[in-house]
Amino acid sequence: MATRKITFVRDSMLPPQPAPQASGNSAAWVRANLLATPKDVVMTLLALALLAYMLPGMINWLFIEASWFGSDRSVCATIAQGGIQPNGWHGACWAFVEDRFAQFVFGRYPLEERWRVLLTLALFVALLIPVLMPKAPRKGLNALLLFVVFPVVAFFLLHGGFGLSEVETPLWGGLMVTLILSFVGIAVSLPLGILLALGRRSKMPVIKTICVVFIEVIRGVPLITVLFMANVMLPLFLPTGWTIDNFLRALVGVALFASAYMAEVIRGGLQAIPKGQTEGAESLGLSYWQTIRLIILPQAIKLVIPGIVNTFIGLFKDTSLVSIIGMFDLLGIVQLNFRDSAWIAPAVPITGLVFAGFMFWIFCFGMSRYSAFMERHLDTGHKR
Amino acid sequence: MTDHAINAPTKGRDLRSLIYDPKVRSIFFQIATAVILTFFVLEIYHNVTTNLQQSNTASGYAFLNSRAGFDIGQSLIAYTSDSTYGRAIIVGLLNTLMIAFCGIITATILGFLVGLGRLSKNWLIAKLCTVYVEVFRNIPPLLVIFFWYSGVLSTLPQPRDAIQIPGSIFLSNRGLTFPKPIWGDGSGLILIGLAAAIVAAFAISRWAKARQMATGKQFPVGWTTLGLLIGLPLIGFLAAGAPLTFDIPVEGRFNLSGGAVVAPEFVALYLALSFYTASFIAEIIRAGIRSVSKGQSEAAFALGLQPSHTTRLVVVPQAMRIIIPPLTSQYLNLTKNSSLGIAIGFPDLVSTGGTTLNQTGQAVEVVAIWLVVYLSISIATSLFMNWFNAKMALVER
Repeated sequence: MATRKITFVRDSMLPPQPAPQASGNSAAWVRANLLATPKDVVMTLLALALLAYMLPGMINWLFIEASWFGSDRSVCATIAQGGIQPNGWHGACWAFVEDRFAQFVFGRYPLEERWRVLLTLALFVALLIPVLMPKAPRKGLNALLLFVVFPVVAFFLLHGGFGLSEVETPLWGGLMVTLILSFVGIAVSLPLGILLALGRRSKMPVIKTICVVFIEVIRGVPLITVLFMANVMLPLFLPTGWTIDNFLRALVGVALFASAYMAEVIRGGLQAIPKGQTEGAESLGLSYWQTIRLIILPQAIKLVIPGIVNTFIGLFKDTSLVSIIGMFDLLGIVQLNFRDSAWIAPAVPITGLVFAGFMFWIFCFGMSRYSAFMERHLDTGHKR
Repeated sequence: MTDHAINAPTKGRDLRSLIYDPKVRSIFFQIATAVILTFFVLEIYHNVTTNLQQSNTASGYAFLNSRAGFDIGQSLIAYTSDSTYGRAIIVGLLNTLMIAFCGIITATILGFLVGLGRLSKNWLIAKLCTVYVEVFRNIPPLLVIFFWYSGVLSTLPQPRDAIQIPGSIFLSNRGLTFPKPIWGDGSGLILIGLAAAIVAAFAISRWAKARQMATGKQFPVGWTTLGLLIGLPLIGFLAAGAPLTFDIPVEGRFNLSGGAVVAPEFVALYLALSFYTASFIAEIIRAGIRSVSKGQSEAAFALGLQPSHTTRLVVVPQAMRIIIPPLTSQYLNLTKNSSLGIAIGFPDLVSTGGTTLNQTGQAVEVVAIWLVVYLSISIATSLFMNWFNAKMALVER
């Protein structure tokens, strides 16, 4: 076997190739990101066509043709519909939102008492910001103030007492109700969810069964049936003659519903903590609750922060369902107002819904951005 | 020796060590919980019975057989206001299942497209898909339903000025009217053809797999199946003498007559659920595909697999393992969210049940029906998906 004859060996350097076309300029970027392959060219053209079809109409509707000022339906209706706009007019009716903005925020809360809502909101923001800032000191005291002291103060401020006149809950409405429902839902569902998750992982069969049944039943049915249950069944459960406030019924429904979902998220975190952590804590002589509080929960919760915030976002969106059982949250009050005869015009409902959607979107998007920020902040290298 | 003797447990345990015994404690806590819970349940039972007696409401399911007396806009089975409450609830259940089925199909397709779009190397497509996901994920589904219903569909023209789409399809604020197919005699042959096609497709796929295992030769199973599924029913259709006529909607002076109508409530709910859930499915798909490490596709390319085979045989099966469990819960969410149809008057289970509840006052019974039905749907879906998941799961040593 002779060695195979090598047919070609390069013995001189190739001439240098020209440098790749500048990769920093915009033409190269467009070529790489928009026009890389023939398929990409087609897709880009299709996407541009879609944008060209939708964007001008949207901008026109939202800003250019939109009617910004006015106090009744005439500014948002064409002449044929009994208004002042030219026939064929097609725009948003921001005048409606502007006219009813106070109602969208406060509902039918009495005018002269609205400072109380604003004060509560200011307190809430003042307490919330330090809790959200990772570097702010005295987290424990702050959380105690926000989740224990603040709800009591807020209850008396909003509902009345200590010299403040009473404002019945049917008068509450708008964004205020949405925020109260979400805050209470969050404040109740987190601790209750933790307890349910611990119960579900407990070695005691009775407690485990109760938790599993509760979680699975609530998660298996739609929120609206839970709200109906809270609305129709709760009065039946109480001794004859007792009544329970409508607002409180909705609160109970929303909070229980969110707790079941929260429990499953937390359980995911608990399962991810290796058994050695519990065993190590026990061998140091920590009791069950000390182990949970000092060793397990801080690690477990950190792992599932995205899931927890997703549950919060879900809860915030779900509060809109109380409008079905006759309460006026943000969505409910917007709907109530666009059925008002002073503002009946074709452009009004869609404007109101776009406004409500934008409000919900801001809160939910803000929460999801904050969760992403916290995830990066707390990422201390456990994840691969 | 002596050390052990000192520390050895004494025979008669004193009270203190009994209190600190974890077993005793656990039994004590469980008994206490059980007692408290039983007390609560008995108290609630007592209260419910007294409250019901005071309001003179009979308990039991006898009301299901009495006349309902309300109309339902959209029904898959025959229903009039003379039908019973039981039938009304079944109509609602069928509507729930129908909207869930339609919504799941559209949401899956749309979600797949958007999820893949977000992973696209094309900047514009990726950004558009991101905007879609971020908008719809952060808005309540109820608002999306109202948007379609009050914002879009109710601004459509009256039936007499309906928008006409070629093929005698009309779009108006009363819904979508389209030609209604009427199946004549011998339509059964089409179904027989379809059944035969399904059986043949299964047989061919088994045979093709066995042959590929033995000889390595491939067989175009996908195209054959498609051909069978279209061809055999078509042969049945022609053999029966094309027994199909259409009830074509006609534009009258004020209204459209004839044809089949899809109510605007259905369209609004269907579009809203599809668009809303698709944004979540898109995120699940994206996470699933990104979880397959790049080395997998690189290794597949190194083995000489074509890009389409790499996607189909290497990437997707691994991504599916991550995708299926959250996808299941999205399907369940869509089914549960279909209950929001009550807000726009779509007659689903919660809506017809709610009317029944209001008319008869049988709160406990109606809520029990809701619970049983939704829990059964949930459990059935999870069982099916667990089976599917087990089939797809990684087989390890």
